[in-house]
Amino acid sequence: MSGANDPYDPKEVAALSAENLDAAVQKAREAFAGAADLEALAAVKPGHLGDRSPVLLARREIGALPPKAKAEAGKRVNEAQSAIKTAFDERHAVLQVERDERVLREESVDVTLPWDRFPRGARHPITTLAERIGDVFVAMGYEIAEGPELETEWFNFDALNFGKDHPARSMQDTFYIAPNDSSLVLRTHTSPVQARTLLERDLPVYVVCPGRTFRTDELDATHTPVFHQVEGLAVDKGLTMGHLKGTLDAFARAMFGEDSKTRLRPSFFPFTEPSAEVDVWFPEKKGGAGWVEWGGCGMVNPNVLRACGVDPDVYSGFAFGMGLERTLQFRNGLPDMRDMVEGDVRFTQPFGTEA
Amino acid sequence: MRIPVSWLVEHLGFDEVPTPDELAEAFTRIGIEVEEVSPLGPVTGPIVAGRVVAIEELTEFKKPIRYCQVEVGPEQVNNIICGATNFVEGDSVVVALPGAVLPGDFTISERKTYGRVSQGMICAADELGIGDDHSGILVLPTGTAQPGDDAMELLGLTDSVIEVAPTPDRGYAFSVRGLAREIACALDVPFGDPGVVEIPEAEGEVWPVHIEDRTGCSRFVARRVTGVDPTAPTPWWMRRRLMLAGMRSISLPVDVTNYVMLELGQPLHAFDAASLSGALTVRRAHAGEKLTTLDDSVRALDPDDIVIADDSGVISLAGVMGGASTEVRDNSSDILLEAANWDPASIARTVRRHKLPSEAAKRFERTVDPALAPVALERAAKLLNHYAEGQIKPGRTDVGVPELPAPVSMPIDLPDRIAGVRYARGVTARRLGQIGCQVSVTTSDDGQTIVTAVPPTWRADLVQPADLVEEVLRLEGYDTIPSVLPPAPAGRGLTEQQRRRRTVWRTLAEDGFVEVKPFPFIDPSVFDAFGLSEDDVRRNTVGVLNPLEADKNVLATTLLPGLLETLQRNLARGARDVALYNIAQVTLPRAQQVPVPALGVDRRPTEAEVASMLAALPQQPLHVAGVLTGHRELAGWWGKGRMADWADAVEAARRVGQAYGVTLRVVASDLLPWHPGRCAELRVGDWPVGHAGELHPKVIEALGLPKRTVAFELDLDALPLDDHRPAPMVSAYPPVLLDVALVVDAGVPVQSVSEVLGASAGDLLEDIRLFDVYTGEQVGEGKKSLAYSLRFRAPDRTLTVEEATNARDAAVAAAGERLGAALRA
Repeated sequence: MSGANDPYDPKEVAALSAENLDAAVQKAREAFAGAADLEALAAVKPGHLGDRSPVLLARREIGALPPKAKAEAGKRVNEAQSAIKTAFDERHAVLQVERDERVLREESVDVTLPWDRFPRGARHPITTLAERIGDVFVAMGYEIAEGPELETEWFNFDALNFGKDHPARSMQDTFYIAPNDSSLVLRTHTSPVQARTLLERDLPVYVVCPGRTFRTDELDATHTPVFHQVEGLAVDKGLTMGHLKGTLDAFARAMFGEDSKTRLRPSFFPFTEPSAEVDVWFPEKKGGAGWVEWGGCGMVNPNVLRACGVDPDVYSGFAFGMGLERTLQFRNGLPDMRDMVEGDVRFTQPFGTEA
Repeated sequence: MRIPVSWLVEHLGFDEVPTPDELAEAFTRIGIEVEEVSPLGPVTGPIVAGRVVAIEELTEFKKPIRYCQVEVGPEQVNNIICGATNFVEGDSVVVALPGAVLPGDFTISERKTYGRVSQGMICAADELGIGDDHSGILVLPTGTAQPGDDAMELLGLTDSVIEVAPTPDRGYAFSVRGLAREIACALDVPFGDPGVVEIPEAEGEVWPVHIEDRTGCSRFVARRVTGVDPTAPTPWWMRRRLMLAGMRSISLPVDVTNYVMLELGQPLHAFDAASLSGALTVRRAHAGEKLTTLDDSVRALDPDDIVIADDSGVISLAGVMGGASTEVRDNSSDILLEAANWDPASIARTVRRHKLPSEAAKRFERTVDPALAPVALERAAKLLNHYAEGQIKPGRTDVGVPELPAPVSMPIDLPDRIAGVRYARGVTARRLGQIGCQVSVTTSDDGQTIVTAVPPTWRADLVQPADLVEEVLRLEGYDTIPSVLPPAPAGRGLTEQQRRRRTVWRTLAEDGFVEVKPFPFIDPSVFDAFGLSEDDVRRNTVGVLNPLEADKNVLATTLLPGLLETLQRNLARGARDVALYNIAQVTLPRAQQVPVPALGVDRRPTEAEVASMLAALPQQPLHVAGVLTGHRELAGWWGKGRMADWADAVEAARRVGQAYGVTLRVVASDLLPWHPGRCAELRVGDWPVGHAGELHPKVIEALGLPKRTVAFELDLDALPLDDHRPAPMVSAYPPVLLDVALVVDAGVPVQSVSEVLGASAGDLLEDIRLFDVYTGEQVGEGKKSLAYSLRFRAPDRTLTVEEATNARDAAVAAAGERLGAALRA
């Protein structure tokens, strides 16, 4: 080693020779290239860039050079050190990328593992359907009316123009409430809400009422004693059966697609006159598009209007009612009514929150 | 009602008879519902009339078998095996010869059976596809056919039967006459009314009759036919029609009454006049009276039943079923025919009371044409005269005054205005005339054109303008009505309550609960399983008079029984981890049950009347309830999962509250069917609205449920629609987070500690959260340690630790003072 004031001895400053510096750079490059990972690179770094690395040792010799040679030797050393540093940085960058990639690779998991940690919940499809129907009519300017399931005979029958002993009354197989003369029934349809609406609200009224209804039918594949209907009622000046038809057509399109429409067949209900059965054109009917019985409707019987204090000479109205289970049955192709009432989670779960 | 097409079109002037399907379509279009169109047959191949020449009874078989010689053509006798025994030698029968194919693709061939060769089959009616009678083989009336005659023509096997179900307002449509008229209107073809019959002048009364109850019977007509040959058979054509209409042939007089009823719609009754004693009286039954009806049932009569009595007592349940003592028998030759108009409502009640629906009652309930009685009697008497050589007595009894439909007037354009259609001029008058109304058109004082229709006697259903409107619209066709959306007014959307209910419905589903809809009918013994005391308010139920399942005869006061039953069903089907919910009305009787007031329908009830009616209804609040069992978080590759526990029930209940915009407070409670130490009462303020927690182990055992099943139930209608939702101040300054552990007596509810801390830490406290509860040696017997993390923040500056610490210390001090809480060492 030579100190700054040592006399110049070319032999001892061989370290500053271009050959030696080039060799040091070359060795460093090889060493860095040979480092397989960041740890190995760190291990070889001091030997080429540390205090005792050839280039740094060479730098110490510069002081001993004559002034003229100093600049040149300094430049050579700087270049060599810079080349080694660059080699190191490049290798370091490469190894760092490799390391990052490896870590991410090692951390990877099988994302196809089942993730069903929390059992799924679901709304009953009848609930979803009722809500959807409600939305269709709310969008048309209707409001949603409600009424109790246990009802007076006056609301369920009398006000709806069912004569006391008319066969129509016994057509709706009724659950009667104890005691014998209670005059209370489980509502056989959502139509009592018609009378309630007319008594409660100011005219004009445009309401729908989805709700639970009851008839003494034994439970089987196509009947259930507890079922759901949606009732519609509009009472206004100048309403016609054409308006009823238009409303039903709009309803059908909302439920069954743009190609759907309705057909009316004359029928009889005590609370409407004229009355009709509604068939709906169902494009996805099993076995090909066709008509499906959907519900009943008609122009509100003037007797109903009178019983609720509405002047039938000034106002007219229309009403309609559909079974929700029935709608769901043909719309979703449900084969058995019992599935809708038994509460098996395997039936309801696939419907999710928004069927 | 079933009607052969050949009978229907007999009264119609078709140039070309439509197909059965076209007729069915016409019915449907005008509102007569068609249930079925059934072509007879199909039968092909040789079917002939035959005469039984000889019968050999084969006795070596388990059942009687006959080996018959049957003449099936000129000098042609076939040997035929037959299993029926309802015929004798000389009888005329129908034979399917080898090569014939009967309905059901049943090919007849010569074959060996019962040890003999059988050359054909002697047919029963149902085997030929006419009716469903299989009580024996079809024996044709003597003289109907000669052996070898083609039976296809004889039996009318190219016919079809249309089964219709007219609506209950159209009584007239329960007859060939009414249905043919409907087709005449629908297809605009001439109609020959079988109800137009010349009624000869009567010579006095034929039998004394008194109507005591004019409400029950508006008209009673009688006619008598004597010298009726009791052996006279019903002619084949009549038997065939009755059979196709679904009625059995019984005897000529009975068949005649049934035939005329089907044809005209007027039910008739035939009395054996020799069995009658004295004058007939129409009255209500007396208490205690009994009657043996034609079906040999002894019926205790109700004072509301209308009856016909003679000197011997009650002989007929009027309009519903005759009595056995005066029925026409095998040897009856003196027959009194009765046709009357009975009060529809009374008949309906009698039918319901005695559970005795009959073809006659079905028509009387729906009102029978009051002009028809003498016509029908004349028709029946003539048939008895023609086919049984009966002598029609010149007298006729006709008491009572038939009630005729009143005229109905309306503006002539009312059908147009109701339909939303401009009908062609004259349509309204023409259609009303077509259905049988006498129509006149006038101009009112204010220049309106008014049409007045006097409905025909058979249309008691036409009482108001809307009824006439329907006739015009249905005959013109509902398909001509346009489709127009009405301009509804701007609606207000869902109500606040409706919106929040929807949120609750969704929240529970999103929270892993599956909605189910159990019936509201429950077995009251479930309350024993629940361990409820005798005076528990939930036992106070509303009963159903006619439940489908005898033991499930009351309406639910809580949703839990239905939910737990549904849970059991799911478990029985193999489910293990189940969370169910239900949102439904429950029925709670009022403390003071008041009777429902009797209200008419001729006017709007007063506000007071409506209020008293509503007050008579039980309360029916909307409840929400849920049950959980098994894992709340499933086991899997991630670990063991977590079983549902009481806290899940409380959390679900509180989430329902949050979804409704209400924070529910929790207070320890003890209410069956919940576990006395794991039952939370949920409150809004101090108002209890429901319960949540683990079910009582005894209840779980009694119901066979998995251990630790938990449940909640809330009264949704008891939750206030609180719309106080202040906008929060969100501070952007940094928080100071401090933890504190307090030791309290084990019996101190956590909620009180949290509330005291929260209330005493001042406005700087932003959030408080319990993160650990510890019991054990380090805190000592009977104590517990509660570890909270508190987050403090100032709205307007960076809070110093010192300020936060002071606030915390104040809170700890308050907890120490009020609840004996000490800082954990």
